[in-house]
Amino acid sequence: MSVLKVSGLTKNFGGLSAVSNVNMEIEQGELIGLIGPNGAGKTTLFNLLTGVYDPSEGTIELNVDGKMTSIGGKKPYVISRLGVSRTFQNIRLFKELTVLDNVRIAMHQSVKTGVIASILRLPCYYKEEEEIKKRAMDLLKTVNLDEHAMDLAKNLPYGKQRRLEIARALATDPKILFLDEPAAGMNPQETAELTQLIHDIKDRFHLTIILIEHDMSLVMSICERIYVLDYGRLIARGNPEQIKTNKRVIEAYLGEDA
Amino acid sequence: MKNWFKRTNLLWLALIVSTYVILNVLISTGIINNVYQTVLLTIGINIILAISLNLIIGITGQFSLGHAGFMIIGAYSCGVVLKLVAGGTIGVLLGMLIGMAISAAVALVVAIPTLRLRGDYLAIATLGFGEIIRIVVLNMEVTNGAAGLILPKAVSWHMVYWAMVICTLVIVNFGISAHGRACISVREDEIAAEAMGINTTQYKILAFVIGAMIASVAGALYAGAFYVIKPEMFTYSKSIDILVLVVFGGMGSITGSFISTVLVSLLNTALQQFSSVRMIVYGLALVVIMVFRPSGLLGRKEFSFDALLKKFDKKKGAAS
Ligand SMILES: Nc1ncnc2c1ncn2[C@@H]1O[C@H](COP(=O)(O)OP(=O)(O)OP(=O)(O)O)[C@@H](O)[C@H]1O
Ligand SMILES: [Mg+2]
Repeated sequence: MSVLKVSGLTKNFGGLSAVSNVNMEIEQGELIGLIGPNGAGKTTLFNLLTGVYDPSEGTIELNVDGKMTSIGGKKPYVISRLGVSRTFQNIRLFKELTVLDNVRIAMHQSVKTGVIASILRLPCYYKEEEEIKKRAMDLLKTVNLDEHAMDLAKNLPYGKQRRLEIARALATDPKILFLDEPAAGMNPQETAELTQLIHDIKDRFHLTIILIEHDMSLVMSICERIYVLDYGRLIARGNPEQIKTNKRVIEAYLGEDA
Repeated sequence: MKNWFKRTNLLWLALIVSTYVILNVLISTGIINNVYQTVLLTIGINIILAISLNLIIGITGQFSLGHAGFMIIGAYSCGVVLKLVAGGTIGVLLGMLIGMAISAAVALVVAIPTLRLRGDYLAIATLGFGEIIRIVVLNMEVTNGAAGLILPKAVSWHMVYWAMVICTLVIVNFGISAHGRACISVREDEIAAEAMGINTTQYKILAFVIGAMIASVAGALYAGAFYVIKPEMFTYSKSIDILVLVVFGGMGSITGSFISTVLVSLLNTALQQFSSVRMIVYGLALVVIMVFRPSGLLGRKEFSFDALLKKFDKKKGAAS
């Protein structure tokens, strides 16, 4: 059963078609790679799928309780509440806040205590705050950041900031997770740990994961299926073996190098 | 219930009550004379104004220059009720409630179009809104136009004190709740907040409306405490005075707003005898603070008994 279906998706910025006529269909539980040269439109595609941009053309359908529901042009917070979460290429943590608060904020959609009950600090407020804190600490443990709970996000080293972004994205309780270059700026050991983490969370939280990555060894080793974008168009799709030997993909990458 | 009586909450309660008792003793023994009682009233009312604006600017990150507009709504609601309906405490409370209701409605109407704007645009839009409210009041029959209203004294400093305590509790409790964290996330990074499922527009509006309602409480207290209200007292320069208190104390720090309001009020009082140089010294003091502490006296820090107790426990642990 597919969880996400994209048809004819296009985004124009003035004269530039950053994404043009993209079709994708993604099944529950897949781990998908999205690759392509710089400026190919990968991040723009994520921004369309998560509601940051409105599509110029085309449809995006998400499986919501067994029904394919159109989400194209919906606001990001609405899409997030339907079970879509993400990380950002240029890390967008709440830098001045603690690691714990970054995660707690992302749990907001499950908060039931109302404004007045919070102001009056009724028993339900204390109870829910305790639960939120416990769940947040569990998530931080998952990404191995529980010791940093009270540190400011901006004081974490780069690799840990990327892991915190993953924890924050998981805190929204997603079904689909978009990771935009999760290994960027990581050393080989950190990348190896990240690969393991992605596997772990996928199983543990029953996720469908779509990741953008320039680190080809990472992509080829963990992705079951890969989509390749070039100048906004999908030029290839298939398993890692097919992609490695695909002529158009090789041209796109070599053309960039030349 | 037992959560209410945690150690830190009890300490706060002790601080609130003991401050009240000490002020009472100082007043009844005449150490705080009539002049200083007026200062006390001003401090209480200005604290309410500063923290309510801090909720909008410091905690939620939405720049507003229209705060005097909500103060005027509270002041005139209370003034009109005191004149036409009922006097005394009943009148003030009734006027306060009406003022809060009107402020909430007006804030909602103002917020929905303006909070889509950012930064400078939002500042200009709210500035214009504050002036519109003032002009409306200036031209209404029941408000007696430019001459304003002369009112009986109906607000004692006891009432101001407890109103200040309640308003502070409302804002602090809101600020540390999940809803407050949502507001803070709007301030920190709107795009990330939206991506994490937070309806940022809703939280901007919520903070704006709560801030407006509390500002109108301050206005109502002002009307009952100071005998006269005129539209000219609530121009945009009043909004800027409130903004100065927030910036000076630290945007996002409620403790900072308290400290800055007390300091600025005392400075103003001390300089009263030197009226010719008053504005210069006052202005200079602000410039100096902003040069040396650009994020205000406290930045975003808050005083907390929790942190204090932890330090204390550590010391004790080290000593034994
Ligand atoms: N908001 C925008 N306005 C105008 N042009 C944009 C905007 N966002 C992206 N673009 C353009 O769209 C194209 C695709 O950009 P995008 O960021 O999606 O690429 P990418 O595949 O993520 O590249 P990279 O690997 O460098 O991250 C680029 O040419 C970029 O300049
Ligand atoms: Mg990108």
